[in-house]
Amino acid sequence: MPEIRYSKDHEYIRVDSGEGVVGITDYAQQQLGDVVFAEMPPVGKALKKGDPAAVVESVKAASDVFTPASGEILAVNSEVESTPGIINEDALGRGWLFRIKLADAGELTALMDEAAYADFLKTLA
Amino acid sequence: MTEANQKTPLHALHVELGARMSPFAGYDMPIQYRSGVLAEHLHTRKAVGLFDVSHMGQALIQGGDHATVASFLESLCPADLLDLRPGRQRYTQLLNQSGGIVDDLMVTRPAGAEGALRLVVNASRKEVDFALIRQRLPFGVRLTLLPEAALIALQGPLAASTLARLAPGEAVETMAFMSARAAQIAGFETFVSRSGYTGEDGYEISIASAQAESFARILLDQPDVAPIGLGARDSLRLEAGLCLYGHELDETIDPIESALSWSIQKRRRVEGGFPGAERIQGALAIGPVRRRVGVLPDGRAPAREGAEIVSSDGAQIGVVTSGGFGPSVNGPIAMGYVARVHAAVGTPINLMVRGKPLSARVVTLPFHPHAYYRS
Repeated sequence: MPEIRYSKDHEYIRVDSGEGVVGITDYAQQQLGDVVFAEMPPVGKALKKGDPAAVVESVKAASDVFTPASGEILAVNSEVESTPGIINEDALGRGWLFRIKLADAGELTALMDEAAYADFLKTLA
Repeated sequence: MTEANQKTPLHALHVELGARMSPFAGYDMPIQYRSGVLAEHLHTRKAVGLFDVSHMGQALIQGGDHATVASFLESLCPADLLDLRPGRQRYTQLLNQSGGIVDDLMVTRPAGAEGALRLVVNASRKEVDFALIRQRLPFGVRLTLLPEAALIALQGPLAASTLARLAPGEAVETMAFMSARAAQIAGFETFVSRSGYTGEDGYEISIASAQAESFARILLDQPDVAPIGLGARDSLRLEAGLCLYGHELDETIDPIESALSWSIQKRRRVEGGFPGAERIQGALAIGPVRRRVGVLPDGRAPAREGAEIVSSDGAQIGVVTSGGFGPSVNGPIAMGYVARVHAAVGTPINLMVRGKPLSARVVTLPFHPHAYYRS
């Protein structure tokens, strides 16, 4: 069963069989507005939890996306590179950014689950 | 500095319309509404956008006759204002003693009001501007601020037909570009100019603050009119190649470097008589050291304000002053300053973005063709 975890920087990671798919949350895409550009990490790059991994840019501003878990980049979403607006349409689905091979599954326990993230969002309102 | 978070007369309406509000130049302003910057930008280019620009500073300078008032303002600005005809408007700059730009502004000579000039200045600079003007006022000339006036811009290809529908008999649709006059619109007394800052045809409408919300609601009830926030106002003016104070313009930059020499008419170029005339006349004669240019990145990545501009051999030759995504261009665009030898259209340059050089070219401004009204 895949499980989904959230960071305080509004990244999500959907974990299945030692791999994670990372993107920005629906809240993050709403805050950012229309995404017009996304820059992805190179495949094969090893990142530590919290490292800047990707950049998503709206008309107005650029935002770093930090990897919520350490590991090696296995793949990036080329559809987002060519059509960044799908992050706004479907942030948790087709708008994923990169797939990472988890170096330490134990890191995930520090991230929020769905309910905790929903509570966290309430504190920002 | 202005007191934080002042409100324009349309503040409650912005909130009601679902705007995302944010502090700007001391005012709580709408950055975008529910449809977002991209949609608002494109709407303005194809229909009509309504912008609240009430945060800008409106004022009157009055004296005995036009020559007195125009001569006074000519001692601070490089435009030919003596030659300004009744009912016409000019864009100019307030200059400091070294020819640096204190602010850029619109000056209008209202018809039927001898010895009066109307000013519209930037919100972020109004206190500096008005202090400077007041300090220099000669005997018999006075400055009157108009804080009880709101300012609403109506911009886009359908602005003229929209306003004409609400003002039958006022012939607002045949007003010349950069002209201004009193007009009754939807029963309200207004002062309208055919101008704006989006590159589109349109109007800026000054109206009593107390009536501004009712008036704005009538405009918004018209077909094709949508409220537009400051986010799209910025992307529209960037595509139109227009300067924004604090970005392209500041007190160290003169009107020649900023490629605004078109706003200095011939008599003033020859005669001088404005602050920093020596520097400005020198730059007109031999060319400025640096120049504002359009910058078009070759790829899809935007370069933001502050990005270094480097030559092909890696030397820094300039800096980006405004950069982002142009919705109508459908790609990244920027403006910046480069050393004159690199300012020719077509010059290949690099923009430093996140430590990496991105290839770009110097291009002609505007990025999106102006669509001003030509009678």
